[in-house]
Amino acid sequence: MTQRRSHQIGTGLFILLGFTALGYLATQTTSLANYRQGPTYALKARFTNIGQLKLRAPVKVAGVRIGSVTDIQLEPDRLEALVTLAVDKRFNQLPDDSAASVFTSGLLGDQYVALKPGGSPDMFKDGDEIILTQSSVQLEELIGKYLVGSGDTPAKKPEDAKPADPRPADPAPATPDPATH
Amino acid sequence: MSEKRDRGSLIGDGLAQVGALGLFLLQVLAAIPRSLRYVAETVRQIFFVGAMSLVIIITCGLFIGLVLGLQLYEVLSRFGSTASVGTVVAIALYRELGPVVTALLFAGRAGTSITAEIGLMRATDQLAAMEMMAVDPMAYVVAPRFLAGIIAMPLLACVFNALAIFGAHTVAVSWLGLDNGTFWSNMTGAVDVWTDVMNGVWKSAVFGAVITLVATFQGYTTAPTSEGVAYATTRTVVYSSILTLAIDFLMTAFLM
Repeated sequence: MTQRRSHQIGTGLFILLGFTALGYLATQTTSLANYRQGPTYALKARFTNIGQLKLRAPVKVAGVRIGSVTDIQLEPDRLEALVTLAVDKRFNQLPDDSAASVFTSGLLGDQYVALKPGGSPDMFKDGDEIILTQSSVQLEELIGKYLVGSGDTPAKKPEDAKPADPRPADPAPATPDPATH
Repeated sequence: MSEKRDRGSLIGDGLAQVGALGLFLLQVLAAIPRSLRYVAETVRQIFFVGAMSLVIIITCGLFIGLVLGLQLYEVLSRFGSTASVGTVVAIALYRELGPVVTALLFAGRAGTSITAEIGLMRATDQLAAMEMMAVDPMAYVVAPRFLAGIIAMPLLACVFNALAIFGAHTVAVSWLGLDNGTFWSNMTGAVDVWTDVMNGVWKSAVFGAVITLVATFQGYTTAPTSEGVAYATTRTVVYSSILTLAIDFLMTAFLM
């Protein structure tokens, strides 16, 4: 009888361990881990182009996650994307002239909304709209600009030596380099 | 059984085996309601096939995680994307590696012992003796092991996955210097509960059913000699490994 009892205890411990592992995997290593947030307040922002921004994408200030995207709608009259952000209540010191931009983490990573704090003495309140927004930068548009911008005028040699141009939005100085064609 | 066989009878034997396995499955399913009287036996079997397999599962999970972390870090650093080590490890583990490797270990550790045990019961006429005492061996011997396999396998696979994640984290973060937050935030950003974690749980439950079905079938129908039990044990490992990998492919193709 004692042996059967020890088997039962062992089975119980095993099942407990298995479900602990399952619970750990499900809540700590998946997107469920990102749901853990306390009370939030809502902010709205309009973008002309949100790129690949998805629901539950992070909202970051200075690279630190402070909330997530909860809703993305197309406004039928203005043909702009209306994005609703849920920001953690702890971060209620955002000046109301802060700017929102859709950025990409890494070159090809997921997109997120970055908030750049402004200098206004007034803070955002629940339901406010972020006026200053900057849309997602489309890689295809950039490539198109480079392709169209290149080759139509003779090049200035010194610029060509710098492939990593810090101003990617500018049309590229023409490059006669045959490797780009 | 040592006379020469032509090719046709080999195919016929194979088909007969598949058919017998299918009928055996129906018998097991029919016996499950009757086996509910023997809950204590099912619990005992979960202990033997599950808890007693923990050592091998934990050890192998840890090493799989360590080697995954090492290899992926090395390869991904060539592309400057070591940040996604955690994501790749987690998705590979949850979807494929965890359930499949656990199933192969489970076939070797638990499947063989089930076949040998039931085979020996057959060889020593214990199954016949049970029938004489009006105890249905399908309900008392086979069904509890089948249920135990279905219950134990997903839990073992989860333990395996958790240990492998721990191993990969140890290598990538503590040893090779990847940022801890990067490791976790990329993982939590890309891994989904239902399509990744639970997908692996369903898979491993099916693998548990297949392995214990093959193991009990081989034991139940073994030739009642010591040689027969030896062959049956070998066949359990071979057939259940093949079936596991084939069903894994089918489930991946149809569930994704």
